[in-house]
Amino acid sequence: MALNIAYFAWVRERMGIADETVEIPASVADVGALVTWLGARDARGKIAFAEPHRIRAAIDGVMMGPDAPLSGAKEVALFPPVTGG
Amino acid sequence: MIRALVQPGAIDVAAELDLHDAGGHGASASFIGRVRGDDDLTELFLDHHPAMTAAGLADLAHAAADRWHLSALTLIHRVGAMVPGETIVLVLTSSAHRAEALAACEFLIDRLKTDVMLWKRETFADGRVQWVEPREGDQARAEKWGA
Repeated sequence: MALNIAYFAWVRERMGIADETVEIPASVADVGALVTWLGARDARGKIAFAEPHRIRAAIDGVMMGPDAPLSGAKEVALFPPVTGG
Repeated sequence: MIRALVQPGAIDVAAELDLHDAGGHGASASFIGRVRGDDDLTELFLDHHPAMTAAGLADLAHAAADRWHLSALTLIHRVGAMVPGETIVLVLTSSAHRAEALAACEFLIDRLKTDVMLWKRETFADGRVQWVEPREGDQARAEKWGA
């Protein structure tokens, strides 16, 4: 399945890119599995996703937990906890 | 009138207050957040998600308008690079009486810290660069307002 992934804040800096389109294996079915898969994919992913508990996600503009399924998703955003205000 | 914006340009506090105040309100409360130059900070950069940050601010503004009787609400957050002294965020809330205006203003600034897609990165004079970590106190303040 082809999936657009967008990265923000230090996740973007550690990945070295703002977004990418990836072909994910069928076994990667939810947000948690995607984070694990990206963390194992290459050196930059290993750095960006070394601490999965510090990663938050949104699917097509809606905040989602690690159990959220990826089926039907167009864009997944991955980012740290927010710090605005 | 609800005005919720995310913008890369400077926030003109005086102009926004004039716009907000048009017609006059019984009671108005304000919060202005500015970049502090602590520890020789030279730049504060605010990262955001183009669609979700704007939607988050609008959702927050509408949540406040649902909860209190407000005659006007202005919620503007700046993004991009800023230097000490510049305005990061402006919250203006108005109602017939002070209690609702003050409560809505506090609610908005507390929830901004936890609910909206914004991330702060600090750069210091000695070259250090660090992303700001969320503070537990901010989470507790945001949660006191309930769902």
